[in-house]
Amino acid sequence: MVEAVNLALSQEMERDESVCMLGEDIGVNGGVFRATKDLQKHHGEERVMDTPLAECGIVGVAVGMAMYGVRPVVEIQFSGFTMQAFDQIEQNMARLRNRTRGKYTVPMVLRTPYGGGIRAVEHHSESREAYWAHTPGVKVVIPSGPRNARALLAASIREDNPIIFYEPKAVYRAFREEVPDEPELMEIGKAEIVREGKDITLISYGAMMRPCKEAVSDLVDDYGIDVELIDLLTISPMDTETLAKSVQKTGRCVIVNEGQRTCGVASEIIARLNEVAFEYLEAPIKRITGFDIPFPYFQVEEHFLPESEEIVLAIKETLDWQ
Amino acid sequence: MSVPNSDKKTTSSEEVVSPNTPSVMDTTPIDLGHIEVLQILNEHGEVDKGLEPDFSDERLLEIYRAMVLARAFDTRMMTMQRQGKMGTFAPNIGQEACIIGQVASLTKEDWFAPSYRSFGAQIMRGWSMEHLMRLWAGFHDGFPPPEGVNDLPFSIVIGSHVLPAVGIGMGMQYKKKNDCVVVNYGDGASSQGAVSEALNFAAVYKAPVVFICENNGWAISTPTSKQTANEILAAHGAAHGMPCIRVDGNDILAMMCATKEATERARNGAGPTLIEAVTFRMSLHTTADDPTVYRNEDEVKMWESRCPILRFATYLTKKGLLDSGAIEETLAACEEDAIKARDAFYAMPPAKPEEIFDHLYESMPKELQAQREEYLRRLRQKGVE
Repeated sequence: MVEAVNLALSQEMERDESVCMLGEDIGVNGGVFRATKDLQKHHGEERVMDTPLAECGIVGVAVGMAMYGVRPVVEIQFSGFTMQAFDQIEQNMARLRNRTRGKYTVPMVLRTPYGGGIRAVEHHSESREAYWAHTPGVKVVIPSGPRNARALLAASIREDNPIIFYEPKAVYRAFREEVPDEPELMEIGKAEIVREGKDITLISYGAMMRPCKEAVSDLVDDYGIDVELIDLLTISPMDTETLAKSVQKTGRCVIVNEGQRTCGVASEIIARLNEVAFEYLEAPIKRITGFDIPFPYFQVEEHFLPESEEIVLAIKETLDWQ
Repeated sequence: MSVPNSDKKTTSSEEVVSPNTPSVMDTTPIDLGHIEVLQILNEHGEVDKGLEPDFSDERLLEIYRAMVLARAFDTRMMTMQRQGKMGTFAPNIGQEACIIGQVASLTKEDWFAPSYRSFGAQIMRGWSMEHLMRLWAGFHDGFPPPEGVNDLPFSIVIGSHVLPAVGIGMGMQYKKKNDCVVVNYGDGASSQGAVSEALNFAAVYKAPVVFICENNGWAISTPTSKQTANEILAAHGAAHGMPCIRVDGNDILAMMCATKEATERARNGAGPTLIEAVTFRMSLHTTADDPTVYRNEDEVKMWESRCPILRFATYLTKKGLLDSGAIEETLAACEEDAIKARDAFYAMPPAKPEEIFDHLYESMPKELQAQREEYLRRLRQKGVE
C-alpha cells in the first residue's frame, strides 16, 4: 500500500503544479515509512518540504498555503502526533470556509499512518478517527488496501474540502494488489459493498478489513453463512444509505472498529441504523471494538486488536439471537 | 524559495554531507543582548529630526484622520453595546497608532491577519464600519472580509491565526509573488506555543511576514510581567533568528517607519521581522470586562498622557498642518461617519436562520441536508419565517 500512496502523490504532483508536500523527514529521507520516497528528488525542495519538528506548525502553515491557492498534502508521521495539531485542525482547517462563508477555502490533505499491529512504541498505534468525524468541516477518509488507497488519495488531493486521510500502517506492507498505472479516482463519501450476501451485514474499514475478510471466508466456507461485507472507506460524511439498504435486506449487523468503543465509529453507525432500519432488525447490532483504555504496549497489543475469531463468534451469536 | 538546510544535498556518490554546525564553540550570529528601540515622536509630540520621515502632508493627514475615525468608531460601538444593540467587543482606544501604523505600507495584494482589536486597521484595509458592526453584532455575513480585501478573519482562540498567516507568506513564496503578510498578535498570544512555531517556520523558510507583537500591557487581567520572565517580547524574534525591533507603539511615525522597512525586507526576499509595539490598553479587555478589579488607575492615567492621537496632533500642529479648528472638524466628521455607519447597520436585513448549514463544505453532504431539513422543520414549528 505504501507504494500505492507514493504513486498517487507522485502522479498528483505531476498533474498539478500547485500540489506540494510538507512533513517531517519526508524529503531526503522519503518519510519514515517511505511513502514520499524520491518525491523530493523528482519535484525539488520547494515542492517537497522537510519541515521543523512541529505538527501544529505544519498543519497551521498548510492551512494558510491552502487559503492562498496552493494544495498542500501534509504528512504527520504518526496519527498519535496529530493531537499536537488539534488546535489548527479544529480552529482553522475545518472552519475557515464556514467562518468566511465560502470566501476562503482550505483544499488540503492531512495524511497520517494510524492503528496498531506493528509492535511500535507508545503513541504510535492510535486509532482516533472518531475525533475528526466529530469535527464539522473536515472529511475523514480511510482506505483498506493499495488500490483504494491510491484512488482515494488522488481524489482527496483534488477535493476542495480539507481531508484527514488515515492510512492503516499495518496494511502498508501486508499484502500486494494490482494497481493500474493510469490515474484512478474513487468517490469520497461512498462505502463499498465488498461482498454481497443475504444473511448478515458486516461493516468495517481500514486495517480491520483484513480480519473481517478472513472471518467472512471462514463463515462462508465452514458454516455456509452468506455475509454481506461493507468497507466504509469514508468515515465522514458517512454513507448511511448503503449501510441502511444492506441492513434492511439482511436484518442483522455486526460492526468492527479498532478505535476505543465509547462514542466511536461503531456507536455512530448503530445510532444511524436505529433511526433508519430499526423495524428491519432481527437482532441487536453487535460491535467489536478496541477497549476504552490507551492503546497497550506492544507485548500485548494483539489481544487489544479485534481478531477474525471474535468476528466469527459475534456473527454466529447475532444469527442465533432470538 | 528558501528552504531549511538548503545546503543539505546528497552528492552524486550518495555520500551524505552534514549541514549542521561542527563545533559547540562556533559563535551564534545573533546578538541576543541588544534589541534596537525606536521612537521618532516623543510623548510631548516633539520629533527626532534625525529620524523624521518624509511622508507627504496629505498622507500624514490621512493617517491622522484614520486614527481619529478608529476612536470615533470605538466610542460609537461602546454606546451601542451599552444600549443593548451590539455584542461583546474589544475596544481599541489608546492603541490607534500601533493599529493604523502596522497596515499603512500594505498594498491590496498583501495580506493582513488582524487580532480582534484591530478595527482601525480593518477600516484602512477597506472594511466598512457597518460591516464591522454586523460582525460584532453576531451576523454570519459579517465575518467574511469584503470583496477585494485580502484579510484573514481575526482569531478568537488567541494566537491561532499566526500560523496560517505564515502559511500565506509561504504560499506567496510558492507562487513567486513579491507580496507580504502583516500579522498582529498580543503580549498574551506571545505565550502560545503556536505563535513560537509560527515565528520558527517564518524564520526557517524566510517567509515574507511581518510580525507585530502588540504589547498593550494586559491580557485581560494578566500583566505582561506575569506573562513572561523576559518582558522585551521583541527578543522572541532574535531567539528565532530574525531581525527584531522594539517600537513605541503610541508613536505613529515610528510604527509607520518600522513596518515600512520590515515590509520592504519581506518583499525583497530577506525574510520576516518581529516588531514589538509597546502600547497600552486604555479601556476594557472587552465590554464584558471590569479592569478596576485588577489594575491601578494611576497606570491608566500615566498612559493617558502618552495618547497617540494627541501626540500626533501636536506634531501636525507644529508642522502647520492642523489647528484647533481642524482638529474639532476632523473629530466631528469622524463621529458623523460613525453615526452614519450605525444607521446603515440598523437598516440591514435580519439574520437568516436557514443559512447556518450553507458554507461548511463545497457541496452539502446528504446527512447534513437531512439535518438541515430537521432544523427547518424546527423553525416552522416555532413560527420563524
